[in-house]
This record gives sequence, structure tokens and C-alpha cells, in this order.
Amino acid sequence: MSSMLIVKDLKVNYGGIEALKGISFEVEQGQIVTLIGANGAGKSTTLRAISGLVKTASGAINFMGRDIIPFNAQQVVAEGIAMVPEGRRVFENLTVKENLKIGAYLRKDREEIEAGIEDIYQRFPRLKEREWQLAGTLSGGEQQMLAVGRAMMARPKLLMMDEPSLGLAPLVVKDIFAIIRELKSEGITILLIEQNANAALRCADMAYVLETGNITMSGTGQALLADQRVRDAYLGSTAR
Amino acid sequence: MFDKIFPYLLAGVSVGGQYALIAVGYTMVYGILRLINFAHGDIFTAAGFFMVYISATMPLYLAIPLVTVLTVALGFTVERVAYKPLRTAPRMSIMISAIGVSYLLQNLMWYITGGLAKQYPVLPWISDSITLGSASTKVVTIVTPILTIVLVTALVMLIQRTKIGMAMRAVSKDFETAELMGIKINSVISTTFIIGSFLAAVGSMLYFTNYTTVTPTIGAMPGLKAFVAAVFGGIGSIPGAVVGAFIIGIAENLIRAMGYTTFSDAFTFALLILILLVKPTGLFGEKTSEKV
Ligand SMILES: Nc1ncnc2c1ncn2[C@@H]1O[C@H](COP(=O)(O)OP(=O)(O)OP(=O)(O)O)[C@@H](O)[C@H]1O
Ligand SMILES: [Mg+2]
Repeated sequence: MSSMLIVKDLKVNYGGIEALKGISFEVEQGQIVTLIGANGAGKSTTLRAISGLVKTASGAINFMGRDIIPFNAQQVVAEGIAMVPEGRRVFENLTVKENLKIGAYLRKDREEIEAGIEDIYQRFPRLKEREWQLAGTLSGGEQQMLAVGRAMMARPKLLMMDEPSLGLAPLVVKDIFAIIRELKSEGITILLIEQNANAALRCADMAYVLETGNITMSGTGQALLADQRVRDAYLGSTAR
Repeated sequence: MFDKIFPYLLAGVSVGGQYALIAVGYTMVYGILRLINFAHGDIFTAAGFFMVYISATMPLYLAIPLVTVLTVALGFTVERVAYKPLRTAPRMSIMISAIGVSYLLQNLMWYITGGLAKQYPVLPWISDSITLGSASTKVVTIVTPILTIVLVTALVMLIQRTKIGMAMRAVSKDFETAELMGIKINSVISTTFIIGSFLAAVGSMLYFTNYTTVTPTIGAMPGLKAFVAAVFGGIGSIPGAVVGAFIIGIAENLIRAMGYTTFSDAFTFALLILILLVKPTGLFGEKTSEKV
């Protein structure tokens, strides 16, 4: 069976800067796949290229058998790819509930949307308590929960998360990773970017290391966790 | 005393409503694109000319909807042709484009009309005279503020309660993330221009019923006042624009009542400067962060 997402020889330029120099990787249905790498390696660029926010220079992106390179962001969402963008980006001028509703913007099943919102509230009781508050008044961690909930409201086949744990307290980071595992157990495929390489590799089925626009290593999460080069470069003192 | 002021007060509320209908177009476009649509006043003027020419060839009950549709189409087209291609260009480029469109429309109107003032048709009922206490005026004076409040209330409901309204609020905050939700940015932006032009069309019918002649530059002053009202109220805020418009309309007429007619325009701008000095974000303005 072929993979859900196949990225082949993908190149992206920003003006004269080559941000991605031809990367290839695959995401299997039902797996958690993670991209790790230093700041500026091109992780966000990869997700932005897949989601149609930046133009690709060359290469192929194939999602469930379809070439999605020509799609704009709106069409990519319609194909079933949702994103938790870098830096949360909740709509601060909308209420918590509206942020969840807007995640389901393309869905037509009104009743199921309401049920979906209740489901998110079950996962994140904090959001329920703050249902009518403007999202801008939430704490950073609560906004991150909201950003995750909002992406889930699209009922994506593939959920892409760009550093969901950034800037969160360790306890909240644990929560976020628990949710990622739970989503996987519900059959959602996840492409995860993380600075917290240790936690990401622990839950990943497959992992890729990105260095200045190139993929330099790949393997199962366990294999990379054990790899000395990865330990030196990305795990630092946090590795056991 | 009150008898002397009342007619001015009434006129002020009425012209305030007309400014408000124009001001909402400025403030909505600013809210979503951070653009001062300099062409908005000219679209208002164009609505006046549409009526002059169309009412000459068909009955008013057909002319009124047709003028509205044409004005909306003009606003929509201006956005698609002059602003949409500059979506990712620096803010200054799109401002310049707006100024260009403004002059283009004005020159076109000069060309078509030969620069002559055209007589606006007499719209039935709202042109009738009535007497209210010490004021003898036209029905339009009473209708304007009521219609303004009704339309603006409907608009606020649309923005607060409907799906497209929610999308408009989202787009006004963050284009990119709105796209990630599956929102078609361009349709939402077009919708804002359509609403703004629709209100300008209604405003023009009310305004020219009072002022009766249309010239290519006649929209400049009410357009500018409406813009001032929008800034005064806090640009980007719809209630702010409406309150600002009524304050300006009433204040300039009270100044006339005191016999300083020559200064009534100067007053408007003095008021603007004062407000900006004391409260740079306007009455209802929030501190807007630059959009990414
Ligand atoms: N809009 C842009 N214009 C120009 N260069 C950009 C732009 N966005 C990113 N870059 C550059 O492309 C490279 C990759 O950036 P990217 O955001 O993908 O990195 P990242 O791996 O997500 O880093 P981080 O961990 O810091 O989020 C960087 O060198 C960055 O400076
Ligand atoms: Mg990044």
C-alpha cells in the first residue's frame, strides 16, 4: 500500500534563499511522523509548502493519490489536511467557541459540528469554561489547546502540527503529547514538528532529521533516539 | 431658542446619517485590508450619476435597484482590478493604486458629463416636504437616520451572528490562518466591498435628494467628512464610524446655527486633529497591530 503523503525532491526558495533543497519523505496512514531540526532548518517551510501557503520551486507533493502542488491553502484543507500553525495563531478577536466553529468552516454537517465542539470541550475542559471569552484573553497554553482543537474541528485525515509545545510549561507539554498519542489511537495521521526532539521521537513511528534544507537522517523514532549523532545534536542533556 | 436650533439639529442628524452610510464603507475596508479606499467617495458620486442617467430612460422603481446593482458592481470591480493584484505588495503600493482609481473615476465622470452639473431626479415620497415643529424640511431628513440605524444594525448582526460575518472577522485579523481554515479570502474581501458600495449607493440617494445636483467632484467633501468620521470613531470600528458621523453632522450644523457657516468645514477637521491628539486611536478604536 502506498503512503498517505509522499513528498518527493521538494524545493522551496524565498527570493534568493534556498530554504528546502530537495527533500523527500513519506507519511504512512495512521502513523505519527516527526521532522526534527535546528532553527531555520526548513521545518515550517515544509509544512507551509504542503498546506499551500508557499509556492514550491520544484518537486512533488502527493496526498492520497492526488498531486496537491497546484492547490491553494483553501483547497488543501478541503482535501483533508489541517494545520496547527507555528505560534498558535488563534483568532484573538473571536470567542473560544467561534475559533472552534471556524475550524469546521468547510463542513456542512451542523449537528455533528456541535457534537465535535462538545468533544473538544471534553478533551480540554479549560476551553469549555472559557467558551465565551475572546481567544486573545487566553493564556499561551490555553491558546495552544484551542489551536489544536480548532484544527481537529476540520476532521482532518492528516493533522500537521508546527511546534505545538513551544513555550509551554512542562506539565502542559505532557498534556499536548498525551493528546497527540490519543489522536493517533483514533486513527488520525500526524505530521509533527518539534523542538522538543526527545518527546517527539518517543511518540513517532517515523522520524526525519532536517539540516539546512536537506534531510540528513531518517528512521523509526526509537532508532533515532538511540543514534549517537542525534543524541549529540538534538537531545543534549535531556537524553537519558 | 430651541425653535431656532431644532431645524439645524434635524439637518445635522440627517446629514450625519448620510456620512455614516459612506463611513461604514471606509471603515470596513480598512478593517479587512488596512487600506484607505480613496476611491470610495468617487463611487458615491458615480452612484449619483448612475441615477441621473438611468432615471432618464426608465421609471424610478426600476432605476433605484439598477443603480444599486451598478454601484455595487463598480465597487467590486475596483477591488478586483486595482487592489486584488496588489494583495502581497507593500501597503503603500495599494494606497497609491487607490488614489489612482479615485482620479480615474473623477476624470471619467468629467469626460462623460462634460463637467456640467446634472439635475438629480426627484425621488417620490422622500422628496416631499413636511413640517415638524419649527422645522420645515423634506421627508428624507427623517428617513435618513432611521434607515441608517436599521441598515447598520443589520450589518452588525451579520458580522456578529453569521458564518460569513465570522469569516470577515477572522480575515480582518489574519489572512493566512483564515486560509488554513478553508476560508476564501478573496470572496470575503469582495463581500466587504459589496456591502460598502451598497451602503454608499443608499447614502447617495438620500444625499442627492437633499442637494439635488451631481458634479464629478461633489463626492469629495461628504467622502472626506465620512472618512474623518471613520477615523474619529476609530477606524475599523463600525459603531465608531456611525457615532463619529452623527457627531460631525450634528456639530457642523450647530455651528451653522450659530452663524459661522463659513467655518463649519474647518471645524470638522479641527475636531479631527483634536481627537487624534488626545486619543490617536479614535473614540472606539483599539490598538491595531500591523497585520502579518
Ligand atoms: N518569508 C520568508 N522570507 C525569506 N526567508 C524565509 C521566510 N521564511 C523562512 N525563511 C528562511 O527559510 C529558512 C527556513 O525557515 P523555517 O521557518 O522553515 O525554519 P524552521 O525549521 O521552521 O525553524 P524554527 O525552528 O526556528 O521554527 C530560514 O533560513 C528562514 O530564514
Ligand atoms: Mg518553524
